Amino acid sequence: MNTTILENNQTNIYSENGIAYPSNGVMLDLVHLKKVYPTPKGDYIVLEDLNLQIMKEEFVTIIGHSGCGKTTMLSMIAGLNNISGGAISVLGKHIKGPGPDRGVIFQSPSLMPWMTALENVLLGVNQVFPHVSKSQRRDIAKYYLQKVGLEDAFNKKATELSQGMQQRVGIARAFAIKPKVLLLDEPFGMLDSLTRGELQDILIEIWNKEKITAVMITHDVDEAIFLADRVVMMTSGPKAKIGDILNIEFERPRTRKSVLEHDDYYKYRKHLIDFLEH
Amino acid sequence: MKQSITLGNVTRFIGLAGFIETLKNVFAGKLDKDDFKNFLRKVIMPLASVLLFFVVWYLGANKLHEIEANHLINKALVEQGPAEAEKLRACIASGDKSCQPNALPSPVQVWGAYQTLLADHYVISADKKAFIEKTAAINEKRIANGENPITYTGRPSFVDQIYTSIITVFAGFLLALFIAVPIGIVIGLSPTLRSSVNWLIQIFKPVSPVVWFLLVFMIVKTFTKNSSSDSAFIICFISVGLCSMWATLVNTAMGVSSVDKDYINVAKVLKLGPIQKVFKVILPSSLPLIFTGLRITLSVAWMVLIAIELLAQSPGLGLFVWEEFQNGANDSNSKIIAAMFVIGLIGFMLDRIMLTIQKMVSFNKND
Repeated sequence: MNTTILENNQTNIYSENGIAYPSNGVMLDLVHLKKVYPTPKGDYIVLEDLNLQIMKEEFVTIIGHSGCGKTTMLSMIAGLNNISGGAISVLGKHIKGPGPDRGVIFQSPSLMPWMTALENVLLGVNQVFPHVSKSQRRDIAKYYLQKVGLEDAFNKKATELSQGMQQRVGIARAFAIKPKVLLLDEPFGMLDSLTRGELQDILIEIWNKEKITAVMITHDVDEAIFLADRVVMMTSGPKAKIGDILNIEFERPRTRKSVLEHDDYYKYRKHLIDFLEH
Repeated sequence: MKQSITLGNVTRFIGLAGFIETLKNVFAGKLDKDDFKNFLRKVIMPLASVLLFFVVWYLGANKLHEIEANHLINKALVEQGPAEAEKLRACIASGDKSCQPNALPSPVQVWGAYQTLLADHYVISADKKAFIEKTAAINEKRIANGENPITYTGRPSFVDQIYTSIITVFAGFLLALFIAVPIGIVIGLSPTLRSSVNWLIQIFKPVSPVVWFLLVFMIVKTFTKNSSSDSAFIICFISVGLCSMWATLVNTAMGVSSVDKDYINVAKVLKLGPIQKVFKVILPSSLPLIFTGLRITLSVAWMVLIAIELLAQSPGLGLFVWEEFQNGANDSNSKIIAAMFVIGLIGFMLDRIMLTIQKMVSFNKND
């Protein structure tokens, strides 16, 4: 790892928990990012000159109108969508295609319906920790399933689980592969508001422990504030870019109650809504 | 405010509401309406349809018999005079088998044919058993001397024919499975390959079983020239396999090529290798479609088997039907209809078996 980063002319490196970080602490770096879809009527520019730096152990939420290119941006970071221009780097290293260093929690749970909850989590764990013993891999998978409150559902088929439970498995699967960056594409968008709140709590609890750099897309202003260190607001497309960034200064660990009762909460909320309604 | 006119409104208006309501309740008390409806739909109606079928068949067969009989009597009248015609009429009326006209058999005659066929089967199997016992000692000697044992070469019974047909259809089905599923997977995985062999699939898919038989015959003939093996059986099951495999091929290719994009994305993010991707994601997700294809393949195989057995002169139900037709004995028609029902029933059973397996592998329990 160190050598590859050195090749990228990152001279100042410090190491923590076996992961080498550039001295500036940037985990994910989007530079002049551009996305163009060719159409019969000419090129459609979705994103243009988008620059964003996300620090290590930072939780960033991205908010913006539907169709502004948020999901496109996220799937480009995941490596599932080609980059038309500019670059994306993780720890100073340009990404090449998808990989387990960037875990994704998809909008729909995307579990393999023929597998049990445990098998779904194991699918990733087996892939990422091939040299670890089989029982240890099972323990890892079980640990994360317990973390999301599914200790009674290890051997339930994905189809037997409710939408919310399926998304819990999705969260466990993403955390269990210990990615460097966690990408969340409106993971709670399809859930009812009660379940959504529950899953937000689970997500933030497990995140507080793991502190995995996270980028999350959301439509929900309250969710954006509750979870994030920074809320990134994107302008409407075409040629979408970053319109504004709002720092959320609440202390961690947060509880929903403390956030809602905080004096700054409505200030933040107003800021975001003003931007979206602008 | 607009009020719609309903039965309830009308009865209330003319003062009959109470009466009707009570009547309704009495009815509902005695017979739960939903239960009765279900009973009617699930028990009475199917039974009625079976009954109707036999009544129509019986009446139709009688009518056809009558037309044929009149035709024969008229012919006798013209050719042999009134005395012979009268004799024939009496003979037909008496039910004597020797002078019955050859028409669509009635349900009773078909039932008779079943019993004849079964009795025939017991005679033949007793015969076979006796033969095997008789030749057991000789065969032991022959085998010891390195010679071929003597085998029973007598006429197969109806039950033997059914057995042979089922063996043949399974051989053909397995051939189709082992050809169509792997090729379907490969084609499904590669869009280039898919578009390049599509013409072949489209052209061969609608080819008739008769032509498949001839094609297989041309090829197998060359290979089996110097061998003593049963080439009719080989030709038969290969033709059945080739003719019926297309549904599986097309469905497998479609299943493999249309795996949910979300699953593919998960596989990409986890960076599964190609083999893992195929076995852990693509194949399980396309299993339901593959089994739908296999189910169609099995029913097509059973359907074309009869025609191909007939052409290949390979023992089985197809040959049985053809021989009975050529035979023209007075119970041949009944035996053909009897065989028809057996063929239908076995086809139905095969389909049920496949449906059960298909349901077992289907992960979407809502279907």
